[in-house]
Amino acid sequence: MADDIPTLRRILRSARTIAIVGLSAEWHRPSFFAAKYMQEHGYRIVPVNPRYPEILGERCHASLETVDVPIDIVDVFRRTEDVLPIARQAIAIGAKCLWQQIGVKNLEAARLASEAGLDVVMDRCVKIEHARLFGGLHWAGVNTGVVSARRGH
Amino acid sequence: MADRTFKPETLAIHAGQIPDAETGARALPIYQTTSFVFDSADHAASLFNLQTFGNVYSRLSNPTVAALEERVAALEGGRAGLASASGMAAEAIALLTLLSQGDHVVAAGALYGGTVSMLAVNLERLGISTTFVDAASPEAFAAAIRPNTRAVFAESIGNPSLAVLDIAAVAEVAHAQGLPLLIDNTVPSPFLCNPIRFGADIVVHSATKYLGGHGTTLAGVMVESGRFPWDNGKFPGMTEPSRGYHGVKFFETFGDFGFSMRARMETLRVYGAALSPTSAWQILQGVETLPLRMERHCANALAVAEFLRGHKRVRWVNYPGLADHPQHALVARQMRSVGGRPGASGLLAFGVEGGLPAGVRFIEAARFMSHLANIGDTRTLIIHPASTTHRQLDDAQQLAAGVQPDMVRLSVGLEHIDDILWDIDQALEASAG
Repeated sequence: MADDIPTLRRILRSARTIAIVGLSAEWHRPSFFAAKYMQEHGYRIVPVNPRYPEILGERCHASLETVDVPIDIVDVFRRTEDVLPIARQAIAIGAKCLWQQIGVKNLEAARLASEAGLDVVMDRCVKIEHARLFGGLHWAGVNTGVVSARRGH
Repeated sequence: MADRTFKPETLAIHAGQIPDAETGARALPIYQTTSFVFDSADHAASLFNLQTFGNVYSRLSNPTVAALEERVAALEGGRAGLASASGMAAEAIALLTLLSQGDHVVAAGALYGGTVSMLAVNLERLGISTTFVDAASPEAFAAAIRPNTRAVFAESIGNPSLAVLDIAAVAEVAHAQGLPLLIDNTVPSPFLCNPIRFGADIVVHSATKYLGGHGTTLAGVMVESGRFPWDNGKFPGMTEPSRGYHGVKFFETFGDFGFSMRARMETLRVYGAALSPTSAWQILQGVETLPLRMERHCANALAVAEFLRGHKRVRWVNYPGLADHPQHALVARQMRSVGGRPGASGLLAFGVEGGLPAGVRFIEAARFMSHLANIGDTRTLIIHPASTTHRQLDDAQQLAAGVQPDMVRLSVGLEHIDDILWDIDQALEASAG
């Protein structure tokens, strides 16, 4: 499982598209915060939620199976017990990383994705990790764990 | 491979600051600006909605101040920090974020006088009551908790009582009732003691003291552990849409740093006790050498305590670093070892033979020991608490705070130990009158 700073940096640096499963269109929900933040930082957001036609200007898909663009990260805002089929779909569409959000910890899904060669992140927020490792979260006084003699960015 | 866990000596220099992105400046730049431009109207909206991280106005956040916040959070092993204009401001921000009218606090009796005033007078006036209990008795904390209690407050080492709190035992008492434990960790500094390791949920510092160390600059820092379950039903301000910040649910949105974000956006933003960037920079100059200084403060204080104990003009000595101190086992468990002895910081108290008048003569005879109301300076400082820092308290409150009439408090500095002992000795001789 990817849990160290260099691996998390590599995953976030190499990714361009993020499918967000369980993305809400309500502005005050954490998933919307995360999606808007990632979109503003240059990522293409692909919303996956059967409840909405469109979120953040992007067509919303009912499930990962209908997504028609290559996906780098499948970011899961769903309950732990619902992750396994999402992991299978992530593998089927050729995603490079299965990312389970804070509080989402499906070990079986993680094992499956890892065996299929995907990077696996668990119990972390994609927005908070991006802000932690590429700047921003530091300004909120958060202990980022970053110790480095290289300049930011 | 797991990320390296850096030692405090390294964190004191590096945590919270990497070379400046634009210029490559290795030392921390001072961003002496009140405000920051928005890239666009949409960027401004995202910042105000807290959907992206960034700086808006230095009353909320500032890059130089952020370096201090993150560094102290890292040294404490916490999740996030929030700096403020003084240690009292850090306490006020923590308590005003946590508490509402009708709430109740259980606090240690032997607290810094300013903290006693805040709880017993200022917060009392806002309808928040406090029960003060014996800090040495975790059972007393448990017995004082009521249905409306929302916080337990104590000092890791009392100032000036030097009472040492059994943090783990009091944390267990607080957590059993779903309450956070707040610890003022000013006296040990984060180098000697990390209350979060023992279960504390929020730590506050007067950074004016050992963190800065130079006695030039006022500052405070609050650190949250990131471990408290704010959704336990007792803290709707953390889980319900915020009235103070357009409907944000702080715990749901920011998780383990939700309390700091709420303290920043609801309390610091509104009450305005922000830290100046220049002050943050000055404190950080001190923090870089905190581990070195604390080792010497501990060594000098131990030598002073042992010298005083053998001195004919001294009636009693209170230093938690002495092997026969009644709480020495607790000190050994909670404090970092310095040279094979538990580092008990640089504060000690003693009674001068001859009581109050002799104590006054002692203070007036000192050559370089400074008579002033601060601690944690490079200079050795002396004070008579009963007539200065604690004079606003009545006799009973003074005794409850651990202040005896004949008590002199020493904040042992970094001068050569031979010179410190010389000054103490000649002043003690003069105290005979």
